[in-house]
Amino acid sequence: MAYTLNVNGKALRADVDGDTPLLWVLRDTLGLVGTKYGCGVAACGACTVHIDGQAMRACQIPVEAVGKAKVSTIEGMAVHRVGKKVQAAWTELDVAQCGYCQAGQIMSATALLAATPKPTDAQIDEAMEGNLCRCATYVRIRAAIKRASGQKEA
Amino acid sequence: MTYHDKHLPQSGQQTGASRRDVLVSVSAAGLTLGFVVAGKAQAQTDAQDDAIRPLNAYVTVAPDGKVTILAKAPDVGQGVKTMLPMLIAEELDVPWEDVRVEMAPNDPKTYGRQFAGGSMATPMHWDEHRRVGAVARAMLIQAAATAWNCGPGDCVTEPGAVIHKPTGKKRTYGSLALACATVTPPDPKTLTLKEPKDYRIVGRPLAQYDTAKIVTGQPLFGIDQRRPGMLFATYVKAPVFGAKVASADLEAARAVKGVKAAFIVEGHPDAFAPGPGNIGQGLMPGVAVVADTWWAAKKGRDRLNVSWADHPTSQQSSKGYADKAATLNAGKPQRNLRNDGDVDAALKGAAKTVEAAYAYPFLSHANLEPQNCTAEFKDGKLEVWAPTQNPEPGRQLCAKTLGLAPEDITVHMVRGGGGFGRRLANDYMVEAAWISREVGAPVQVLWTREDDMQHDHYRPAGFHYLKGGLDAQGNLVALADHFVTFSNKDAIAPSAGMSAAEFPSRFVPNLRFDVSMIPLGVPTGPLRAPGSNALAFVFQSFIDELAHAAGADPLEFQIKLLGDQEVVGQAPAAYGAGRMVGVLRAVRDMSPWASRSTLPKGEGLGVGCYYSHLGYFAEVCHVGVSAEGGVKVKKVWVAADVGRQIINPHGALNQVQGSVLDGLSEALHQQITVANGAVEQSNFGDYPLMRISEACPVEVKFLKTDFNPTGLGEPALPPAIPALTNAIFAATGKRIRSLPLTPDMLKA
Repeated sequence: MAYTLNVNGKALRADVDGDTPLLWVLRDTLGLVGTKYGCGVAACGACTVHIDGQAMRACQIPVEAVGKAKVSTIEGMAVHRVGKKVQAAWTELDVAQCGYCQAGQIMSATALLAATPKPTDAQIDEAMEGNLCRCATYVRIRAAIKRASGQKEA
Repeated sequence: MTYHDKHLPQSGQQTGASRRDVLVSVSAAGLTLGFVVAGKAQAQTDAQDDAIRPLNAYVTVAPDGKVTILAKAPDVGQGVKTMLPMLIAEELDVPWEDVRVEMAPNDPKTYGRQFAGGSMATPMHWDEHRRVGAVARAMLIQAAATAWNCGPGDCVTEPGAVIHKPTGKKRTYGSLALACATVTPPDPKTLTLKEPKDYRIVGRPLAQYDTAKIVTGQPLFGIDQRRPGMLFATYVKAPVFGAKVASADLEAARAVKGVKAAFIVEGHPDAFAPGPGNIGQGLMPGVAVVADTWWAAKKGRDRLNVSWADHPTSQQSSKGYADKAATLNAGKPQRNLRNDGDVDAALKGAAKTVEAAYAYPFLSHANLEPQNCTAEFKDGKLEVWAPTQNPEPGRQLCAKTLGLAPEDITVHMVRGGGGFGRRLANDYMVEAAWISREVGAPVQVLWTREDDMQHDHYRPAGFHYLKGGLDAQGNLVALADHFVTFSNKDAIAPSAGMSAAEFPSRFVPNLRFDVSMIPLGVPTGPLRAPGSNALAFVFQSFIDELAHAAGADPLEFQIKLLGDQEVVGQAPAAYGAGRMVGVLRAVRDMSPWASRSTLPKGEGLGVGCYYSHLGYFAEVCHVGVSAEGGVKVKKVWVAADVGRQIINPHGALNQVQGSVLDGLSEALHQQITVANGAVEQSNFGDYPLMRISEACPVEVKFLKTDFNPTGLGEPALPPAIPALTNAIFAATGKRIRSLPLTPDMLKA
């Protein structure tokens, strides 16, 4: 069945089964491979996207449930008011090691800062707890969120 | 021909083109500055030999002055795609901003051994890669000198340009690139390298070259590769390692919309241990489902209802291993590894003895990017795009399994989403190759997380039965370890061994290491700091026990044990005792070690030190333990000695902090258990990794010592674990002798 999705402000058409997770529609059908597969059970956060501004795990959202909601992915962050600041902070502090989880980290951090412009350490931990980094770059993730929010980096 | 351009002269020779044709193509494409190291045969390809290789085609200077530097070894997050080109760029003397980095082809004849492992990129290339840059710079100087009709001694460089000293005339590298075609490259050994005070790139904290792609989500990783007409595949293997398919409902899978093929793969007879040079498994038996999207393939797979044939290892279990270890320990050890002095007599005569049994579990690598590979088999030739740490053995594995000539296989190295040793194996590569040939189309094989966790080559579990003896002055005079480990076909299983030089051997006058083995049906292999990641926990914890038994400060006890000799033993097993004392003193002084007695109840500091991968590390961990047994790591201090130069401080700090947290994560959470011959864990729910709320600050100090720089992918990990468990002892009086930690161990 054909679905028209609003992804990064563009209407994109995908002819897939309705139970296909948004993750695989983005990656395999729409060619937006920035959103990553890590676990398939919402345990790692590598597939984090925004649905109407909320950080969600794309591996758990069947495409038929998306409807007219606005989907934002890492590919759309360069023109996102907060996302571009987060990307800049990630670059300046060179957060990544392997980098595989970082799209999901940036999506979660952006959603956090859009809702809570000056998060405390506890708020950062709470918002980022669902995003695993196997390389354990957590110290820099925390610092980059502080930097993007204009706060002192501990 | 001394000047050797990998791409251009070769194509010229093949087509019979004239020198002029070659030069024309040079001017269009820019110039590749390649050269042969004098005295080294071009054809040397021994993959085990880490000596300097004939070098070729690392550096390309374009007419506009942009410089392309090839990164020789795969990047899985350890930063070598940035660090190795930095070495070349430094001596070439170009602005880093003008450097483009590309991955080199997998071509060991040209580049020598290409791999990511053992924290070896720095020690193997520190000298060699700087000379690659220096030779290229000398050629540009020579080209300028020829143009100015002067000697090269009249010329100097500034980043990106040659300057004629007497007149101040200047030529950019880009304007000289073409003229280099007629310059004979100098012998790299004759060149004088820069003084560290003149470094402009080495020592500068630089972002990884791929950072821009990472933060914007551009295609980069193995899973991101796409080929025209590519299909997606999933491959189901038996829970019991190596069991064959008894039956599978292929028709049910084929009935799923989008599924193009479903078939049984017999696997290769040697798949479990695919031979010298190959780590991990080859093509194991299984069922492939291929579809136009991965989700369709996965849906097809879920309908296969595979049943598996009986297998001889299907009764194995973690409980069985533990029981067997205890039985083996009660008997005579199977092998002796080392026997210094008279251990039994020394224990009998000791003023105090300590006995303890230590154990640690199997671990999975859990790369966040599940194993995957993209393969295209066409007209008898195979091309693969693989997030591998070890491309050439993958090529050889594909050649052997598919019956192809290695020359008909091209392996492209693509960035891997985490390595940690998992991608030294190439099982995913041979699966993709096989499936692509079967379906006659480009295929990307992608494992599910469950596949990945249940078909790893695991960090081997192990059991150590230790005895130690102290004399009346508190000196460690005797130590015995009966190490019960695992075997595969009567040999010690991969990464399950211990060196006779394992610390504290050579520092204790009476010391015995014995080994016994349990036959194992679970594949094992290297995990970040292999061997060391387990043995540091065992020996550094036991030494801490002995220090407490002696009534000594555990850190000073280690310094005393290390003695006065700068170096103990001979290469390759030489141990820089003086360097270890240096990092122990440094971590003592940078941490609140001296005031640890003032910590509140339930908190403690512990120390661990370890030498691995040529690096000396000492770490102090500050921990708090709640009455319920919850552990909170508050901070870790790290003193590191990896020689005189940190090449990229940005990457170096990240590696050390990540390694420490990785070690803590292993100790706090991780274990793979076996039941009925299969791995029980399947995803991050039952195999948890550290999350951000547990990540503590990690303060790092690099000591600068007069040794060549060495690598940082691994050596910070091993001491973090005993630093943690020794801190828990300091906080609670409870000695941690098995991992991972559980609240039950620590309840007040």
